[in-house]
Amino acid sequence: MNALLEVRDLGISFGGVKAVDGLTFSVGRGEIVSVIGPNGAGKTSAFNCVTGFYKPSRGRVVLDGSDITGWSPFAVAAAGVARTFQNLRLFPNLTVLDNVRAGMHLRGGQNAFDALLRTPRFKRAERFLTEEAHRWLDFVGYEGPRGGPVRDLPYGRQRQVEIARALAREAPLVLLDEPGAGLNHGEKGALLGLIRRIRDLGRTVVLIEHDMGLVMEVSERVVVLDHGREIADGTPAQVKADPAVVEAYLGREG
Amino acid sequence: MGRWVGPAGLLVAVAIPFVDASPYTLNVLTTAAIFVMLAAGLNIVVGYCGLLDLGYVAFMAVGAYTSGILSTAFELPLLYTIPAVLVVAVLAALVIGAPTLRLRSDYLAIVTLGFGEIIRITATNLDFTGGPTGIFGIPGIDVGGPAGFYFVCVAVVALAVLGSARLERSRLGRAWMFIREDEDAAEAMGVNTYRVKLLAYVFGAIWGASAGVLFAAHLSAVSPQSFVFLQSALVLMAVVLGGMGSARGVVVGAVVISVVPEVLRDLGAFRYVFFGVVLVVVMVLRPQGLWPVRRREPERVDAPVQEGVRV
Repeated sequence: MNALLEVRDLGISFGGVKAVDGLTFSVGRGEIVSVIGPNGAGKTSAFNCVTGFYKPSRGRVVLDGSDITGWSPFAVAAAGVARTFQNLRLFPNLTVLDNVRAGMHLRGGQNAFDALLRTPRFKRAERFLTEEAHRWLDFVGYEGPRGGPVRDLPYGRQRQVEIARALAREAPLVLLDEPGAGLNHGEKGALLGLIRRIRDLGRTVVLIEHDMGLVMEVSERVVVLDHGREIADGTPAQVKADPAVVEAYLGREG
Repeated sequence: MGRWVGPAGLLVAVAIPFVDASPYTLNVLTTAAIFVMLAAGLNIVVGYCGLLDLGYVAFMAVGAYTSGILSTAFELPLLYTIPAVLVVAVLAALVIGAPTLRLRSDYLAIVTLGFGEIIRITATNLDFTGGPTGIFGIPGIDVGGPAGFYFVCVAVVALAVLGSARLERSRLGRAWMFIREDEDAAEAMGVNTYRVKLLAYVFGAIWGASAGVLFAAHLSAVSPQSFVFLQSALVLMAVVLGGMGSARGVVVGAVVISVVPEVLRDLGAFRYVFFGVVLVVVMVLRPQGLWPVRRREPERVDAPVQEGVRV
């Protein structure tokens, strides 16, 4: 299997603290991979390096064969990476539909002159965006109001909108940063099914997650970080039995 | 009801001269129309894109001076200067925007304030801009006296307001609002935020410079005193008072800001005190503005798509 995402010897530090320190891992096409680790292990920092929000101080990030290290976030997005954020980053005053349309920004289909003159091309593009936005909201199982501002929604629904927005990007790689945080038991069950359906679309899913039940259930492979390094990499069963992982989470025995 | 608001407002604007066509009234109305255009332009920058610009009147100055200088120096009709005005406006937006738009919030506000003053002080000190006295004898747009010119202004301003509202409900307008709402999330969606912010400046500059041409034609003179910081502050006030990001709101805000001081003229020197109190009271009671955006759209695809519902 050729790798879609390769992270090689990645490093970034903040004022002497090495948040990510020589991280190497790869993600194959069509895989569901979880990145786990204790708080402060560098998971989100690694995500931010991959997506261009942080500039890594060393190492390479290679997406589908091309080196995207140090690219700005919009260029990484255009190269084919969609992401969600650990703490929801929706556009609060815009409608649910507009939030999902944001994911389709790169698909274009109209320019400012089309918009000013309301050309047939503009109307076609807008109709397409609306239909697609509805389609993605349906896909994630969203059952709330769609024409009103997203800030009025309960937390679980906002999570769904954020995932719909990321999927609407039609990017081959989807990074989900703690998609299960703050969800109740039923919502987590639905999330599990959703992650599998995302993979079945042919997307590759990488998630950061704290809920071990969810991780062990959904992941095909688990990468474990501690102190900014990879300490284990394998199937959920292998990782669970790995002494280094047990130590990182529970501390050394005796 | 929503879609009739614009045409109704236009009808009122066109009807007033048939009720009262005194030179004084026409002067107030024309000034108000030009002010509406400025507010519509600044609304693109501040309201849609969320970039606080405290020197917006600089773009109006660029438009007024460019058309004034070209028309007097080459004895051109004012309309012929418009292509040059647009080019200079776009260049001004790029020159001011390119270095400053990498800054965020407060820093951007301070720098735009500086640029506004630089443009004015430059105009005061250069020879070809006429120095402190400015430029006189700019040919007007002669279409049947002051009333005719007012109707020209109303037509241009109506198109400008419609245009800004249409931009709002488009890919570019949404990108502006994504940046306003959350710049990082916008980047993650693939929005080239620097370029999109620069485009907000460019459109704002085109609106402002075009208002400047109407201004030059109206007064047949331009001088640096017309482009002081207070003017930028008043336009910003119109946008905030009307409702930031609301195409209809800023029209109302601009009309209030330009007409109320005239209505209060009988109060003499106290009118600005009274005006200030009115503004404070309005902002306390309605912090979201007189006519804020109410973002709603149809729930489902099969629901009839109503144009203009989301303004």
